[in-house]
Amino acid sequence: MSKQIHLAAHFPGVNNTTVWADPQAGSQIAFESFRQLAETAERGTFDFFFLAEGLRLREVKGKIHDLDVVGRPESLTLLSALAAVTTHLGLAATVNSTFNEPYELAKRLSTLDHVSGGRAAWNVVTSWDAFTGENFRRGGYLDKADRYVRAQESLRIVRKLWDSWTADQLVLDQAAGAFAREGAGAFADEGAHFTIRGRFGLPPSPQGRPVIIQAGDSDQGREFAASDADVIFSRHGTFEGGKAFYKDVKSRLPKYGRTEDSLKIMPAVTVVVADTDDEAIDKAAYIRDQQVSGPTALVLAELLWGRDLSAYDPDGPLPAEDPVVGSSVTQGRVGYNDPVPIVAEWRAQAEAHGWSLRQTVINQQNRQTFIGSPTTVAEAVNHHVQEDAADGFVLVPHLTPSGLDEFVDRVVPLLRERGVFRSEYAGTTLRSHLGLQA
Amino acid sequence: MIVGLEIDGAGADPAAWRGAEVDPRAILTGELALRAVQRAEAAGVDFVTLVDALEAPDDVPDRVSVRLDALGLAARIAPLTERIGLLPAITVTHTEPFHVQASVATLDHISGGRGGWVAEVSSSAAAAAVVGRREPAPAAETWREARYVLDASRQLWDSWDDDAVIRDASTGRYVDREKLHYVDFESPTFSVKGPSIVPRPPQGHPVTAIRANTPDALEAAADAEVVLLPDPDLQAITITRLRASGAGEGRAPGDCDGLAIRHSGPLVLVSVEVRPHVDGVDGLVGLIEGWAAAGADGVHLRPGSLELDVPVIADQLLPLLRERGLVGPAERGGSLRGRLGLVRP
Repeated sequence: MSKQIHLAAHFPGVNNTTVWADPQAGSQIAFESFRQLAETAERGTFDFFFLAEGLRLREVKGKIHDLDVVGRPESLTLLSALAAVTTHLGLAATVNSTFNEPYELAKRLSTLDHVSGGRAAWNVVTSWDAFTGENFRRGGYLDKADRYVRAQESLRIVRKLWDSWTADQLVLDQAAGAFAREGAGAFADEGAHFTIRGRFGLPPSPQGRPVIIQAGDSDQGREFAASDADVIFSRHGTFEGGKAFYKDVKSRLPKYGRTEDSLKIMPAVTVVVADTDDEAIDKAAYIRDQQVSGPTALVLAELLWGRDLSAYDPDGPLPAEDPVVGSSVTQGRVGYNDPVPIVAEWRAQAEAHGWSLRQTVINQQNRQTFIGSPTTVAEAVNHHVQEDAADGFVLVPHLTPSGLDEFVDRVVPLLRERGVFRSEYAGTTLRSHLGLQA
Repeated sequence: MIVGLEIDGAGADPAAWRGAEVDPRAILTGELALRAVQRAEAAGVDFVTLVDALEAPDDVPDRVSVRLDALGLAARIAPLTERIGLLPAITVTHTEPFHVQASVATLDHISGGRGGWVAEVSSSAAAAAVVGRREPAPAAETWREARYVLDASRQLWDSWDDDAVIRDASTGRYVDREKLHYVDFESPTFSVKGPSIVPRPPQGHPVTAIRANTPDALEAAADAEVVLLPDPDLQAITITRLRASGAGEGRAPGDCDGLAIRHSGPLVLVSVEVRPHVDGVDGLVGLIEGWAAAGADGVHLRPGSLELDVPVIADQLLPLLRERGLVGPAERGGSLRGRLGLVRP
């Protein structure tokens, strides 16, 4: 039997992927935008809806970055509201384990799972920088090396709290006046980062444990995912890159006593669909042009070079200087650990094609993953999954809130025809959609 | 008179969950709370408060010893209601001020300007132990810090101008960064750089309520827009005192639909546990008339049973109060601030 594809909808965020200036682009904060995209995803029987997180507005050269979308709602509150207007769609919140306490996370995520009937997921992210820390009581207190230690300990404690009730401790015997057994939910833990004790005030939620998503790509991040995650939100959307990542991560599972199907790998991808392949290619080029204006090209190049490049013309050649490693020109977004080989590749490509700086950014960074007619896209998506480059995808649309309409209306039916994607939800929980054990 | 209603498990009566009319599982799905809020909204109740604390409820086998996160529950209710204000209790002692204000701002966005919160502190050793970050502090100290959190929250809600999002295609700028502000907030126990991550809430400032059940809380209540006074015996004195000390943020005397606002301090509501399905409503109407005469701005009802008492409040009490001209029409729309006679800052 063919592998079944898993799909998620990413609400358009604060990267330049989101084309806010398009006449069709709607509000980035009105609840109606979130409701519409969620309803589209649920109509397409997607596994889950995904929200990223921001804890400080991004800055470039000491000023708030104003070229991309700025601002967003707080994830768990927004998803609890979406639980009211959807019935099956999983609801995934990105929440930082550095600037939140495990007890609070356990309580809030368990609440989302209870009020959604078992649809909650937590994308565990970490940060350590003083820049973000300036908005928080503790400040930037964590060594970079410690971030996964804290994340892992945080997740272990969150799970301990979710598991702190046994199945028979919630009694609900009205006649006898027994709501719960005394002592239910008692916990205590002592680790490198947390020493806590008390009682957890929520019995097991419908999923028992909400789904855990992990997005780290470093060796440490991959190991964390292999030991603890249910889903990986990866950046390896290409076929070859996806296969290599898939093999690497899945091969780490046996040492944790886990089977291959217990961890779903879902790269973030962008899709452009049109009537024909040629039309889709033109449309994709048009969208890339919208996504990377001249000033945006400079900002993205500054992120890679780690230098102020404002003296350069985006329509001219690439900067001649070498990149600076570990620069703080751009704050509040993931930078490059090793920019030198990437700059070399950009230079080689620019020279080979005669590209300007802007054209290089467009072609090296913003090329969409799947471009084509509905049939072409459906076949490519399925090919990636059947050939183990992925278990499915997190689709990142460029338009709010209509960006997934064409995929859901035109590609999803073809995947269903091929028997590789559900026509209706078989279960009610996200774990059930993902084929994970309860 | 403003009418608020409290949502707490199956009701304020510890035995309420045992009634045959109650499905105790509906406490955990949120359905019990949702039904009560929808009934209250249809009858014209102005807002609900949702009880919470950082730590779990007391571990007593014959009581409801579980509790959903009130913010999550309020958010779950928001899209299924249209007019009623939603004020979850949120604690500020062991939580991050930046997260708290972002959550309340988000509740305001998803509810179309009906968001608020009941600011609470955690002074107990039990609450300190579940987080394990700080030693428990006495109530006076935690309420002193809470006032800083309120101040920081309001500054962060103001850190985006209403018109900061410009979407100016000609210059490629999504925001006007001159309309985003660092708050650089400093207090003895925390600091916040800002700006907020959430655009300015629809109400400007979502409504802040404080339950004035201790002298320290009463002190801090001067900074709130709504004060819930749990001891009717003290009310005359405290109402006067609050009005003297209150900043009265955003109050516009006399501009509230159906209400005559006669002063500039925070709104003072008498908070009482009621069981009208047992006691009837006539006595309660008399009490409320008395509180109105004593100068209270409203009443905060804590029903013994959500399933039994809220229908009586909705079907009998509110119509009687309306007949006597004590409450406005049920169908009023708009923001919660507008409903309460608070101007938008």
